[in-house]
Amino acid sequence: MANLTRSEEEVMLADAARGFLDDAAPVSHLRKLRDAGKTHDPSLWKDMAAMGWSGILVPESAGGSDMGHAAAGILAAEMGKTLVCSPFLSSAVIAATALRQVTGERSAAALAGIAAGDVTYALAIDEGNKFAPDSTSLVAERLGNGFRLNGCKTFVVDGGFADHLLVLARTDEGLTLFDLPKDRDGISCNAQSMIDSRDAARIDFENVEATGDNVVGTVDDAMRVLKPALEAGQAALAAEMTGLAAGAFGMTVDYLKERKQFGTVIGNFQALQHRAAHLWCEIEVTASAVINAGRVLDNDPDNAAFAVSLAKARAMDTAKLAVIEGVQMHGGIGMTDAFDMGFYMKRARVAAEWLGDYGYHAEQVARSRGF
Amino acid sequence: MSSLSTDPDQFRAELRDWLEQNCPAEMRDASTAEDNICWGGRTWVFQSNAQRIWLERMAAKGLTVPTWPTAFGGAGLDRACEKIFQQEMGRINARPPLLSFGIWMLGPALLHFGTEQQKQHYLPPIARGELRWCQGYSEPGAGSDLASVQTRCDDKGDYWLVNGQKVWTSYADKADWIFALVRTDRDAKKHLGISFVLIDMASAGVTTRPIKLISGVSPFCETFFDDVKFPKDQVVGTVNRGWDVAKYLLTHEREMISAGGQGLGGGRALGAVLAEQSGGLTDATLRAAALKSEVDALAIGLTLERYKDQAEGGEGVGDASAMLKYVGTELNKQRHELMMSASGSDALQWDGKSGADPADWLRTKANSIEGGTSEVMLGIISRRVLGLGA
Ligand SMILES: Cc1cc2nc3c(=O)[nH]c(=O)nc-3n(C[C@H](O)[C@H](O)[C@H](O)COP(=O)(O)OP(=O)(O)OC[C@H]3O[C@@H](n4cnc5c(N)ncnc54)[C@H](O)[C@@H]3O)c2cc1C
Repeated sequence: MANLTRSEEEVMLADAARGFLDDAAPVSHLRKLRDAGKTHDPSLWKDMAAMGWSGILVPESAGGSDMGHAAAGILAAEMGKTLVCSPFLSSAVIAATALRQVTGERSAAALAGIAAGDVTYALAIDEGNKFAPDSTSLVAERLGNGFRLNGCKTFVVDGGFADHLLVLARTDEGLTLFDLPKDRDGISCNAQSMIDSRDAARIDFENVEATGDNVVGTVDDAMRVLKPALEAGQAALAAEMTGLAAGAFGMTVDYLKERKQFGTVIGNFQALQHRAAHLWCEIEVTASAVINAGRVLDNDPDNAAFAVSLAKARAMDTAKLAVIEGVQMHGGIGMTDAFDMGFYMKRARVAAEWLGDYGYHAEQVARSRGF
Repeated sequence: MSSLSTDPDQFRAELRDWLEQNCPAEMRDASTAEDNICWGGRTWVFQSNAQRIWLERMAAKGLTVPTWPTAFGGAGLDRACEKIFQQEMGRINARPPLLSFGIWMLGPALLHFGTEQQKQHYLPPIARGELRWCQGYSEPGAGSDLASVQTRCDDKGDYWLVNGQKVWTSYADKADWIFALVRTDRDAKKHLGISFVLIDMASAGVTTRPIKLISGVSPFCETFFDDVKFPKDQVVGTVNRGWDVAKYLLTHEREMISAGGQGLGGGRALGAVLAEQSGGLTDATLRAAALKSEVDALAIGLTLERYKDQAEGGEGVGDASAMLKYVGTELNKQRHELMMSASGSDALQWDGKSGADPADWLRTKANSIEGGTSEVMLGIISRRVLGLGA
């Protein structure tokens, strides 16, 4: 088993990320975007690209920094602490991992676009209200040498602003992944107003034409490229959620040391101390599962499903507890829009559903543990 | 006997080979059922010849205490080799050759606080399983509030004289020696008048009286000291500063207790254990609870590993031991509840041969009490990690 502590370089990466984000994207940044009716800040993404974040999983040959999944998790966790709104997961983690599974000029060019921060991607996978890639029904029927896509995708995270879509479609003998520019004829995008103030869209496909060039990997074999991409995304999302939990927890502990009632700070009440201590334990335990997922993805990617699902399941549980306790221990102020805790609660709920909920991931763990 | 290589890959190969040749077949069943444990000690009666051989061979290699320095009976393994050792033992499902309070608790404390002479005198017999130790911390009036121990220990010039009572002393009636907290200064503040002392249980004036547990067995005792004399060099650390030794030892004890839930069913998945006990895991409520428990158990296991990775040179995990103990023991209790539930009425007989063992289930209820209660663990985390309260 790999070492589960952070290396010196990893600690430096986290510190550097924190330094940048505290300045460029504190929670007030998300609040400003929301109040302005925006879900994306292109200049922030440009800055991240300049630091190599957009290319963190892109091979160096395509202009990336190729630092691996553990490093991507460190960035995601730091972003989670202040609820940073960026295309990092959709483009830099999920799309980059899918595209690098294929060789050739097209994917190299696409990866270069991601690494440079010029092109953003969204994964169009869900069709109902739960993550269930196996029951995809959007069809891509054969049309001469190409395909014609018809159907609808829901909860396409970052779908509103993304330039490209990775679309999972049913073909004759299985599932196929397509890479389509969002302005392709027949694609219509309806941005949704999401509780976490971030981007997600419902996207309709009406007689959308695609060529063999748009296929990522092999026809009828989407999972070869998609499975690693999903695992990378799930692990990074779990990391984001532990960051989120730590962020909410930090605010809560600060408040326990500051707020006075009954003539003393509320942190002197044992009932609250024990709840805070319990929450800290949960955060620590989850952090181990998240670090482990990054390590396994880097060292043994073919066998990472179990470690990734363990991390995502734990992360949901912990983030949920952190935001529920966060609101409760703040009392009335925790319920106000002017206070940030609500942002944490809403993001935790969205992140819990994205890329598989607790039941989905716990079930994956259970299967590999002989249930 | 030749020592093993320090190069990880070579170490693995040599160790695998050695284990293959030296671990008796009967010992390839990592059951930690009380009947199978080897505790060692002056009066120890081996349950089988294989148990004796296994202990002797492992001790000769330093592998009863793999991370201790070779000078004191260990194998001097670093963290990387220790992990390999665990993996290779697990690979053949080998039983630990020796378990003891000396290994878990006193050894680490002596390595940290003992004089060179104390280390040389006390550690090798622990490693070889020749002396069995018990822990004399708790008293009738000093449980969670351990620093209020009252057992009196007076300096009589060329010896110490002890009078008082300990309680809940696990295996006191079977142990050869006791490490105990005693009050050596009655006027100082409570934390500053305690000393950590080592006493031979065969000394005149030491008596024990077993107490029966809800699980039906009597593993622990009341321990009485009536004018017990012991030599001056049997204090560990500084006189009146025994609380530092006591606390350090507790972090090792808690780390050890926290791992209890991990070995369940010989490290098998809970789902498999439950399926076996219930004849297929068909009850949806039970399955859902088991699923969550399994997710938590795996993450807790990784956390234990992560903190050990972090700990410097065998120094233990420090305050984090409170967290590990809290999550590990609460988990273990819950897992045994699930096993009882899966087994239904099969597990309701004392001598039931199928399903969960009710004695084990009852015993786990002590996990969140012994070594400091869950509430005390949460208190330690609040104060020392989160900085809450005074
Ligand atoms: C099976 C078993 C084996 C043991 N073996 C040994 C041994 O070998 N050697 C030894 O020395 N001791 C041993 N013990 C004793 C054990 O360490 C004590 O039982 C334990 O420290 C709790 O002390 P107590 O029993 O006096 O409970 P108390 O301290 O009286 O606690 C009663 C309840 O009050 C709660 N409580 C106490 N203080 C606080 C607080 N400040 N805040 C919130 N809640 C609080 C506790 O959590 C608990 O729920 C053993 C105990 C058991 C059950």
